[in-house]
Amino acid sequence: MSQLPDATGHWGAFGGRYVPETVMTALYELEAEYKAMKKNSSFNREFNQILCQYVGRKTPLYFAERLTRKIGGAKIYLKREDLAHTGAHKINNTIGQILLAKRMSKPRIIAETGAGQHGVATATACALMGLDCDVYMGAVDVKRQRMNVFRMELLGTKVIPVESGSQTLKDAINEAMRDWVTNIENTFYCIGSVVGPHPYPMIVRDFQTIIGQETRRQILDQEGRLPDLLVACVGGGSNAIGLYYPFLEDNAVRIIGVEAAGESIESGKHAASLGQGSPGSLHGAMSYMLQDEHGQVLEAHSISAGLDYPGVGPEHSYLKDIGRVEYVSATDQESLDAFRLLCETEGIIPALESAHAVAHAVKEADNMSQDEIIVVNLSGRGDKDLEIVEGLV
Amino acid sequence: MTIRKTFARLRSAHEMALIAYETAGFPSLTDSISNIRLLADNGADIIELGIPFSDPIADGPTIQASSHVALEKGISLEQILEIVSHVETETPLVAMSYLNPLLSYGQNHLFEDMKSSGFSGLIIPDLPLEESGDWQRKARENGIDLIFLVTPTTSAERLTALVKASEGFIYCVSLTGITGARTALPPHLSEFIKKVKSLTDKPAAVGFGISTPDHVRQLKGIADGVIVGSRIVRAMKNREDVGALVRGLKEACIES
Repeated sequence: MSQLPDATGHWGAFGGRYVPETVMTALYELEAEYKAMKKNSSFNREFNQILCQYVGRKTPLYFAERLTRKIGGAKIYLKREDLAHTGAHKINNTIGQILLAKRMSKPRIIAETGAGQHGVATATACALMGLDCDVYMGAVDVKRQRMNVFRMELLGTKVIPVESGSQTLKDAINEAMRDWVTNIENTFYCIGSVVGPHPYPMIVRDFQTIIGQETRRQILDQEGRLPDLLVACVGGGSNAIGLYYPFLEDNAVRIIGVEAAGESIESGKHAASLGQGSPGSLHGAMSYMLQDEHGQVLEAHSISAGLDYPGVGPEHSYLKDIGRVEYVSATDQESLDAFRLLCETEGIIPALESAHAVAHAVKEADNMSQDEIIVVNLSGRGDKDLEIVEGLV
Repeated sequence: MTIRKTFARLRSAHEMALIAYETAGFPSLTDSISNIRLLADNGADIIELGIPFSDPIADGPTIQASSHVALEKGISLEQILEIVSHVETETPLVAMSYLNPLLSYGQNHLFEDMKSSGFSGLIIPDLPLEESGDWQRKARENGIDLIFLVTPTTSAERLTALVKASEGFIYCVSLTGITGARTALPPHLSEFIKKVKSLTDKPAAVGFGISTPDHVRQLKGIADGVIVGSRIVRAMKNREDVGALVRGLKEACIES
């Protein structure tokens, strides 16, 4: 399963390239350039050097001893992506894609962003490499996440508010795609998750796989064996697939993805595309998605803006259907409780996205023995969420 | 009448085809159905009916807004197929739909139901040739023309395959961009259409940004047809004289 996607960008029935004809040639070009760069030693050297000296990799694999003791079950390790530059795993991907754009001589970068984390990571990489950058952001999110808008502007990026549709992430992706269709000759679209048409889900996964590769070496070094369970949150699913990928063939390692259950699954106000959705075509790929009985895309709901998306990466859809990964969900309230728990027991303020993973991991830990090991991907830090959390915990 | 016969008749009369687009369910379902007759009576040779979708990535603000209005009223493909089946017209009807509403409807019944409702063709802007095998086969089995789009960025290799696969006519997208009225035609458009025509005897119709009789005149002798969408939707929205607009466009298709 780690050989996938196939030559046409599919994981079984999922993935593919469901986009307007105008961008098809550009997708083939991107795929060819990416495959060449993957084997290019100077590209890889530059990528690794930036990850090491600028992003601050490798990030620690931290044994959360007080949290573990408090739960009284399996040992809980945290992969500290929150310590990467800009405060989340998103930077791994944007450094890779912007390096690729630069080598493809594309002078202009566009990106979409929900809460602003991918927007900030893209703006950062563009400032680092001296490229022009426009970021599409739903008008509702622009208002909700003013500090991230300001961050992007400080980094020299233009933030374009999207007034169409629900004015959130889904609409920001639509508008970024429309821009790309229009300015295809000089513009590189830097997608922020393992979504979109082939080759994007593969490229973003490959750039995020560093998370799992480091984790594997670190746990072998620190514990002398592989973990029993991996847990990560899933919106589009890039931090999750980055952690899972190097472990997919290790059948003894259980893998769980945690979607946002929002207010609750029963309320219908959630973002559980895999748990509650059905297969369809959204933003260029076939995957599970939230849709009504007529194939219209539904709005997602989550306290965490990074999980507030009605689709999910096609590789996750495949991993669900073949049963390799279990997908569960955590509610807003459960995540807030986990947020507080991690603050108090470990002195770590997690992103609300990552708090979903923590919320489920402590449930699992409770039912596991003390000699078992869980690795949780702590995908981002929570400074960005303080205004939302204030008054709720 | 079939799309092919319509083009053949117009070709022998030295006329370009006027393909008029409207969004199903805009401004209301009944209005959009009576507008089929209005467009046809004023000179539209083929009518393209847009099936509203929540996330229309190939469309500009005008058609996005019309789709949004239609969806707010709860319009669905089922309803559209049902009501279109009661429309009596000789003018071929082509549906334009993004893939997901069609997937949701079900590929198995879709083409049969389209046929019995009186549709002649289908355009799916986010279905590339690579993913279209089953769709082409089912369309052919039911006598529906599956129409593909070609664009200025389409490679020579893809262009050859696309003109071969496209039935009814070739939809030539005039520019790299989304739908919407524009003031001038893009440069290099005639070279692009000539390149398409050099590869096939099938009719080539030009859409995206075509909005005035003057645009239409500039394509005489080059294209076999023009597709006008956003300009017509805007006229419907602003309660302009849609009949006069369509007559003006059709006259430009006829003048020599």
